[in-house]
Amino acid sequence: MQEVMKKRAIELLSDGTVAKVIGWMPGEFSYDMTPAVFTTAEEIESNFVYNDFCGANVSKYVMREQKKASDAKILVFLKPCDTYSFNQLTAEHKIVRENVYVIGVGCDGMADVEKIKAAGIEGITGIESDGDKFIVKTVYGDETIARADALAERCAACKSKKLTVYDEIIGEDGEVVENSGRFDLVAKLEAMSADERFEFWRNELSRCIRCNACRNVCPACTCEQCVFDNPKSGIDQKAAADSFEENMFHIIRAFHVAGRCTDCGECSRVCPQHIPLHLLNRKFIKDINELYGDYQAGDDTESKHPLTSFTYDDAEPSVIHERGNE
Amino acid sequence: MMLYLAKDKLDVFFEKASEKLNVYVPVDNTNGSAYRKWTPGTVVSKGLHTTKSAKDFFFPQTENLVEFKMSGKAIEIIDPRRETEDYAVFGVRACDVRSFGILDKVFLSDPVDTYYKNRREHGLILGLSCGRPAETCFCGTFGIDAAEPMADVDFTEADNGYYIKANTEKGEAFVASLGDIFEDRDAAPAEEAKAKTREVLKKLPLSNLTTDGFGGDKLDELFDAAGWADLSEACIGCGTCTFVCPTCQCYDIRDYDTGHGIKRFRCWDSCMFSDFTKMAHGNPRLTQKERFRQRFMHKLVYFPANNDGEYGCVGCGRCLASCPISMNIVKVMKKLAKEDSGK
Repeated sequence: MQEVMKKRAIELLSDGTVAKVIGWMPGEFSYDMTPAVFTTAEEIESNFVYNDFCGANVSKYVMREQKKASDAKILVFLKPCDTYSFNQLTAEHKIVRENVYVIGVGCDGMADVEKIKAAGIEGITGIESDGDKFIVKTVYGDETIARADALAERCAACKSKKLTVYDEIIGEDGEVVENSGRFDLVAKLEAMSADERFEFWRNELSRCIRCNACRNVCPACTCEQCVFDNPKSGIDQKAAADSFEENMFHIIRAFHVAGRCTDCGECSRVCPQHIPLHLLNRKFIKDINELYGDYQAGDDTESKHPLTSFTYDDAEPSVIHERGNE
Repeated sequence: MMLYLAKDKLDVFFEKASEKLNVYVPVDNTNGSAYRKWTPGTVVSKGLHTTKSAKDFFFPQTENLVEFKMSGKAIEIIDPRRETEDYAVFGVRACDVRSFGILDKVFLSDPVDTYYKNRREHGLILGLSCGRPAETCFCGTFGIDAAEPMADVDFTEADNGYYIKANTEKGEAFVASLGDIFEDRDAAPAEEAKAKTREVLKKLPLSNLTTDGFGGDKLDELFDAAGWADLSEACIGCGTCTFVCPTCQCYDIRDYDTGHGIKRFRCWDSCMFSDFTKMAHGNPRLTQKERFRQRFMHKLVYFPANNDGEYGCVGCGRCLASCPISMNIVKVMKKLAKEDSGK
């Protein structure tokens, strides 16, 4: 797939369709790719990489590049889940769609090196994909791990393999996944008593180091200045002054992206403390589905999201109040 | 001869030690580990690193410096400082042990940071030699030997137990105070284990990384290097690298409005944040490129310039493992060195 992508990128750069290409450049250990912007065929030839570890959602980089030069034509490679973020950003007027050439890249799930390390594989010097398994070379000898066991958590509960926006496709387009199981953990949390749930979240959120990686990577977090960075807001703390702050940062952020979060899972992917932040967002998505009917942010760029549009079928406040007492 | 503690006696050791001071050990949590106070039943992590470094013990992420309480026109000033109780930190790797020396240079030089000093003086470091270093490790680049942490007391795993060596007076006194829980044994297995670790270190992918091209006198060559633009391009401006880093020591001081006064607290700050150098006149670091450059120039140029050539990195590899976009000091060093040699 990498070679086909490189070939198309070079063609589109050479014929002037685009001036920039957003992709990935290689790392030190074959699992640590960095998103990159390419402007020449030579750079792509020598430095463009795409493999099972290119999990980063690059939609937000389109917005960033357009901020630098709004009329520059950009080629971006998007995986199915990235296309939802791209659509949502387009719907929110953060991306000028006409100036982007989207190549949708079919996806069967991305690998997560954390899963490989958690399986006890250490000292990784190279990873090769071999059918349904990975051969992992390490300083302590070769190891193998089944692809399914190395799959990122978010991909194991993938909501959709459908490319929702593209100008062309490389690989296979897929379908929305029914019964993805992505709400299973949320349901488990809902079934807990309030005290148990509080205990669960305190345990998770108490590890937060306020690095802001979740916020900065989030394609739904696009405020010009975040309320937590605004000294006039009264809550512009860099660190938790008390545990209340620790909880509120994430809860406020989840509220703020409710209805707009596409469930791309980047927040949990980047968290250095491995806090399952996506569960907060999934709770909102599950609630929206139950109270206002099934809705998937980023499915298209036209539909109004349920929290900003009124219908006579909307749940009454009393329903929500009663749910809160359960 | 060396002191030896059988593995099944480790809990006895923690129990005895806990009678004298608080003992903190690395404990596994979701996909990582963190230091926790040892209590009977605590299971010590077998992992290489804690997710965050051990710097919190001396330089916590948040601490209250002073509190002001208002009642009517009266302002009560509360000093929250308390003399720290003695404590020991077990399982500290060689890289983190070295990082404390770097932090000392910042906090214990004039003017001495009394908050830091209080905690530093009451802390006893129990180092642990590395047995299975990771691909992200490059402590050797900075002259650190993962097999010899050089803490107050070093523990080396071998022969189904730990070989123990005190390196400081404080460490010796601690070992002596525990009396007869250690046995005397021939030191050969410990030396063997260390030799084995050093063999692994040689095979690590970053074992040939050098500091050539960096140092206190390289300001002019590096500041305007072309590479910074590409290197910083994908940086999302979060503080992950700075917050997991054992040597990053920048902080901010802020006031938290309690509603009836303020809590003045100090918290870790990050040069990667957009408001880091924001002043009344504006911000001299306008883009992420300047912020990104600052972090690496500090570790590879400014710090050695002010500290007899000592670099501000210990090669623990935490930033390599946790950066959301996998950009890190190793990639920076390699790219800039290549650019430099291409001149």
